[in-house]
Parts: sequence; C-alpha cells; structure tokens
Amino acid sequence: MKSALRIACSRVHLQQVRDFVRNYLNSRQLSEVTVNQVVLAVDEVVANFIIHANGEDETQFLDLTLAFDQHDLNVEIADNGDTIFLPGPTASPDFHAYIQQGRKGGMGMTLVNRLMDRVEFFTRGNHTVCHLSKHLA
Amino acid sequence: MKVTAQPSADTLTLLLDGELDASSAIVLDTELAKPDILNYRKVLIDCAKLSYISSAGLGVFISHLQRFQDANVKLVFFNMQEKVFNVFEILGLDALMTIVPSLSEAEAA
Repeated sequence: MKSALRIACSRVHLQQVRDFVRNYLNSRQLSEVTVNQVVLAVDEVVANFIIHANGEDETQFLDLTLAFDQHDLNVEIADNGDTIFLPGPTASPDFHAYIQQGRKGGMGMTLVNRLMDRVEFFTRGNHTVCHLSKHLA
Repeated sequence: MKVTAQPSADTLTLLLDGELDASSAIVLDTELAKPDILNYRKVLIDCAKLSYISSAGLGVFISHLQRFQDANVKLVFFNMQEKVFNVFEILGLDALMTIVPSLSEAEAA
C-alpha cells in the first residue's frame, strides 16, 4: 500500500512528516530503533529541501510517497521548487574540527547515507527528486 | 520541545522534553548560549523525555562544546533512550561526548 503527503516548505511541518512516516511503519513489526532510523533519514532530506533548496519559501511544496515492495521500503521525496538540489558525495565529518569551529551543520547527509541502503538524488524536469530505500525484514 | 532548567549549587540540569529537530533546535540553542551557564561546573542533560534528535539537535550540542570546554564546564548526558543513543552512535559522537545511563552516574562523572 502506498501513502502520500504534501507539505509546504516550512520547517514547522517536519513534525507532520515524522508522524506520517511513523504511522506508515506502524503496521510492521519493527523495532523502535529501526523506525527512528527511517524517520530520521526522511526528516533530514526534507529539512534540506525546505531550508537549503527552497529557503523556507512556504509557497513551494514537497511531495512524499512511501511504499513497500515486500520487505523493501521505498521513499520518494519530490521537490516542486525550481532550484536543483543535488548533494555531492559526503565525507565523514571531522568532529574535532567541528567542535573547534563551533559548527552546527554538515552531518545531515552523512546520517542519511549511513541509515539507508540506497540514497539517490536526480532531476525530473526542473525539479529535484530524492529516492531512499531500506530493507526492513 | 520544552527545556526546563534546574539549577543546584554548581550543577545545572536541563530536562529535554519532546523532539529536537531543525524547527525546535533554536529553543535548546538559546538555553545553552546563555552566558550564565558557564558559571556552573557541570551541565547535565536529562534525556529521559527526549524522544527524537536530528542532526540539527546534535549540531547545537557540538557548537557549544568548545565554549564549555574552554570554561571547564562538563557536559554530561543521561537517561538517554536507546533510539536517541543510536543516533549518537551512528555518527560516533558517543565517543566524543559523555553519555551515562543514570543521574547518579552523571553526578559522579
């Protein structure tokens, strides 16, 4: 069964996104840690689209789709804004440097890549789409 | 996200309640940025009711660590739920921060 959600590009909707993913995964017998890992990966990508790709422009929106293919969860996050947002390869964060610099960001995509089995960003027309997948046995 | 501050002698305990994400991280950032916080010897973060943390929440702690270290203020996390600890573990932050199971261990740390 597929499930879909559309949100405006404001970070106040992140809670709604997390609840949407949790509710979708609720019917599966998954551990709290596993559910949280998927929720976190989706939250990080959505936050990046909202803040970095769309500058929190609430007239723009994102479409999320969740679907299971047997035990594989497939997530699509489609940005309807016109700014192409394709994160490059992520290096492991140097936390000693981050601490010295008092740096707040730079960990989100590392988390996503470590949490999910597959992470892909690509363009569809003038828009950016992210596909995430994870095997959830 | 609610942050409740409980000062006692040389220790400040911050109780985190709710989900710490890119929307709510500012609440914690404001609390940790207060100049008075550097007057304490220890800041204990009670995570019993912290049900979620994203990179934005982690970033708030990381961004204040050097300031705390420079002022000899020890930052200690305790009562952390497994799913929240898992996020620290995935990034290896459990090796860089002091995370203990209970209040008594946090007080002794």
